[in-house]
Amino acid sequence: MSVTLIYGDRAADVPGVAQRGEDVWVSLEDLAVLTGWEHKPQGLCLGERCVPIPPAHRDEWIGADGRFNLAAFARYLGQPVVHDDTACVWLFGESAEARGRTLRSLAAPDFRLPDLDGNLHSLAAYRGKKVLLLSWASW
Amino acid sequence: MYREFADRNFIIVAVALDTGGPDAVREFIRPREPIVVPAPMQAIMGWSAEQYAGAAAPSYPCLIDEKHIVAELYDMKNVPMAVWIDEEGRIVRPAEPAGATDGFRSMDRKTFTLPKGVADAGRASRARYTAALRDWIERGARSRFVLSEEDARDRVAGPTATDALAAATFRLGQYLRERGEPDLAKRWFDAAAQLCPDRWTYFRQALQLQEVGKASGPEFQAKVRSLGDRKYYEEIRLDET
Repeated sequence: MSVTLIYGDRAADVPGVAQRGEDVWVSLEDLAVLTGWEHKPQGLCLGERCVPIPPAHRDEWIGADGRFNLAAFARYLGQPVVHDDTACVWLFGESAEARGRTLRSLAAPDFRLPDLDGNLHSLAAYRGKKVLLLSWASW
Repeated sequence: MYREFADRNFIIVAVALDTGGPDAVREFIRPREPIVVPAPMQAIMGWSAEQYAGAAAPSYPCLIDEKHIVAELYDMKNVPMAVWIDEEGRIVRPAEPAGATDGFRSMDRKTFTLPKGVADAGRASRARYTAALRDWIERGARSRFVLSEEDARDRVAGPTATDALAAATFRLGQYLRERGEPDLAKRWFDAAAQLCPDRWTYFRQALQLQEVGKASGPEFQAKVRSLGDRKYYEEIRLDET
């Protein structure tokens, strides 16, 4: 069956995903396409960063059918994992540690958001100016 | 104020944390009719009708953040909160209430008026914040309101693992709502609000999605009352540097 996986900014309906309790298993191909994490001899790699597979986690992460337990891996990395079993949607958030590290670097995190007409604006486009980033709400 | 400084290498980027999307914010950003502000509200804000008319048609970018991504990235628990970012893209003041105070808590619910001292204090707080902002725009890094890297870092408290879980929980709700599953979505919005009761963005957004206006209704007022001696808006620390 098809399951919706949301990872960072990406959301995809992925067929052939197995959900079991707090675990969700995807093919290594789908893992790479959705998350950028690739299975290599040295472990799981995202760009330059590689996470060796701890022997204690090998069976938990890699199934007999070759599929990969994305939920267990995300939890290992400290990422929040939430899933709605009625809608078959899994969402993998950013870890508190990563968010905190970014904030404490004091480099303003970039984002892209639409205005009322649907035009996208990125914060980085205002580099060179002082920016007052101001939140408000209709509520 | 913005028009005064628009040619001083300064810009406001306003972000509406509104899962309701453009329909929820359109009348605020680009009203079809001039916004009529009741006199008591004018007194609370300390703005004249002309200032409201000017504020209603901003010339700076007004962005719509349905996922509350900016709140997550900059650790904003409430609105209005503001971050100062310098020309190099460095945060020189992390998220803090932009001059807002707890004055509204002593509003008379029948007449919508504030005790005079409270209204004056609220206006003074906004004036102090505006003056600090003005100082930064004029003096840049030499402004005494620009925090040292150490002080700026010290003011970044979060996020905790629970905050990160709540952010993911809220975003799952937002995704389900966007997909046309409002009933499923509601459970996740409520769960996010319960995980982080001090993050008013979740609680009030969840109420507002149930019914427009509910975010300021009895449930909100009861929760504010339950704060007791604790603050709704954290005290802004302008004069420590």
